[in-house]
Amino acid sequence: MVRVTLDNVSKFFGKVKAVVDLNLEIRDGEFVALLGPSGCGKTTTLLMVAGIYKPTRGRILFDDEDVTDLPPKDRNIGMVFQSYALYPHMTVYDNIAFPLKLKKVPRQEIDRKVKEVAKLLQIDELLDRKPAQLSGGQRQRVALGRALVKEPDVLLLDEPLSNLDAKLRILMRAEIKRLQKELGITTIYVTHDQVEAMSMADKIAVMNKGRLQQYADPQTLYNKPANLFVAGFIGSPPMNLVEGNIVEENGTYYFVSSSFKYRLPSGVGELIASETSSVILGVRPEDIKIVLGDGDDNVISGTVYVVEPLGRDLLVNVKVGETLFKILAPADLKLEPGQSILLAPNEKRIHLFDRKTGRAVI
Amino acid sequence: MARESLRKRKTKALLRRAAVVAVILLVAVIPAIPIWMMYGWLVSQSFSGRVILGILPSKLTLDNWRFLWSPIKMGEKEYPNIWPITMNTLFLALGVAGLVVMVSSLSGYALSRMDFKGRTGMMQFIIALHAFPSVILLIALFVILNKLGLYGKGFMTLVGIVLIKAGLEIPMATWIIKGFFDAIPWDLEWAALVDGCSRWRVWRSVILPLVLPGIGAVSIFSFLSGWSEFLLVFTYVAQEEYYTLPVMIYHMIGEFIHIDWGMLAALGLFYAIPTIIFFSVSQKVLLRIYVGGVKG
Repeated sequence: MVRVTLDNVSKFFGKVKAVVDLNLEIRDGEFVALLGPSGCGKTTTLLMVAGIYKPTRGRILFDDEDVTDLPPKDRNIGMVFQSYALYPHMTVYDNIAFPLKLKKVPRQEIDRKVKEVAKLLQIDELLDRKPAQLSGGQRQRVALGRALVKEPDVLLLDEPLSNLDAKLRILMRAEIKRLQKELGITTIYVTHDQVEAMSMADKIAVMNKGRLQQYADPQTLYNKPANLFVAGFIGSPPMNLVEGNIVEENGTYYFVSSSFKYRLPSGVGELIASETSSVILGVRPEDIKIVLGDGDDNVISGTVYVVEPLGRDLLVNVKVGETLFKILAPADLKLEPGQSILLAPNEKRIHLFDRKTGRAVI
Repeated sequence: MARESLRKRKTKALLRRAAVVAVILLVAVIPAIPIWMMYGWLVSQSFSGRVILGILPSKLTLDNWRFLWSPIKMGEKEYPNIWPITMNTLFLALGVAGLVVMVSSLSGYALSRMDFKGRTGMMQFIIALHAFPSVILLIALFVILNKLGLYGKGFMTLVGIVLIKAGLEIPMATWIIKGFFDAIPWDLEWAALVDGCSRWRVWRSVILPLVLPGIGAVSIFSFLSGWSEFLLVFTYVAQEEYYTLPVMIYHMIGEFIHIDWGMLAALGLFYAIPTIIFFSVSQKVLLRIYVGGVKG
């Protein structure tokens, strides 16, 4: 097992800047997810760690060894591709044995290891089949087996679950996480699915347009997004974001948008006003309480636009002037479209972002 | 009402079917009849002493096939034994096929997968190269053969012809095989690199088995073009014992007075046998074209 360090890594394809000045340290045995929308550079990053792409600038280190110029075969990595990339002309057994054959491992040992991995992944019944005769889930396991059989120092997974159906995906999510903890292999996992990243990874690196946005554990990412992009990308339904200004009236600070006015907690207002007055307010759907009738004085009044029952709770769409809020409410709440209600955001859980830079100010 | 309209619809469907069949007959079957008649004549002529109405054999005999076990004599002239000539032809065909497969499977991979300066230009050039028929190159090739010391050297001349023929076939073969390489997803190649292959090993162990149908196609086409090569052998080979089958058959047809149609038919059939075998065997390979990764 190794520690993987990306030191100022950039990759350009002609004029396209796929990855720009990426700094990342993945500790020994850690499970790190690279998360971002398609085209954000996450797969490029993975292929650079694998040695398939050579960084345009910067260095990649395994422990303290510079592997930037090392070809993939000398890096001792295992990789699972989105398409699984099983060799169609080989049986499952040969697919899994292939990396060991290349290493010139003795035949008996290959046999033992292949069977061991097959058993671990519950594919020991399939060893004689060709990839074309397998289901998506089985192929995925074979690909995983091929990556694990050579006991790699680093395991790279490129959207391994995206070709599976929803049910199987949830199952394999837990399975891969357990396997990773059991084997303790340093793992980099690329995904565009924030739920996958949140549920599996020890740490998540959120990327956008080739740049690292935030690198933190899932809870920090959710509770303290570093910027607007992370705030909007993490969480489902996404965070409510409203543009507005900080205004001072008689020593009290308010957030004022085109459709409502909201009093900021004391202390917070001063802090922000000292930096900027043009901000974006962010509140997660579960951090707004719906108040029927009279509430306290610091509320926003709106009308119910549409109610989406999600089973466990309700997703209420509320119109406040021109702004649409999405709010998670208890399932037993009775609401009708057009009904006037009051919204009470949780003061402690509001986010404010600088409108110019997008950076979080609190 | 409903029943009537159903009947009407049935008649309509029947008419449409009849029309389709008629068109097929007109376009595909009737034009093929003369061709089949010619093949029919070839077969029946080769096994009979006399042919009635141009197709019905009579007096079954193997006499026309005597060239297989005895020297070929037509009129006054005695021709070389058929077997060395067949071996010459086979050598030419296999040599061309082998060389073409060897070169084009490598060059096709390079053009498909490797990024180098002038790649696009080279690909356009390849297509342009194929536009030249070998007949306009005859004189230039003669000069080259002569310089290489391959002209008039018996067997070595055949080697020279293999080189020329392969050279003429390689551009197109490269182009065909490149298409097969293009269809293989990069993921597969990357997976093999990660698994511990060198680029060369990836090509050999992973990519090549997947383009087998392409290699099959190219080897068939180049074998057949070598097998049926006439012009180059006719032009450059002077000694009779290094003739190939097409050239020998040509010389025999040239024998006006004493021409033996029965033997010529048998010889023609004999010449077509490898082609028929090659096609019937390789057809399956060609039809089983499945290239590409496995997707879930």
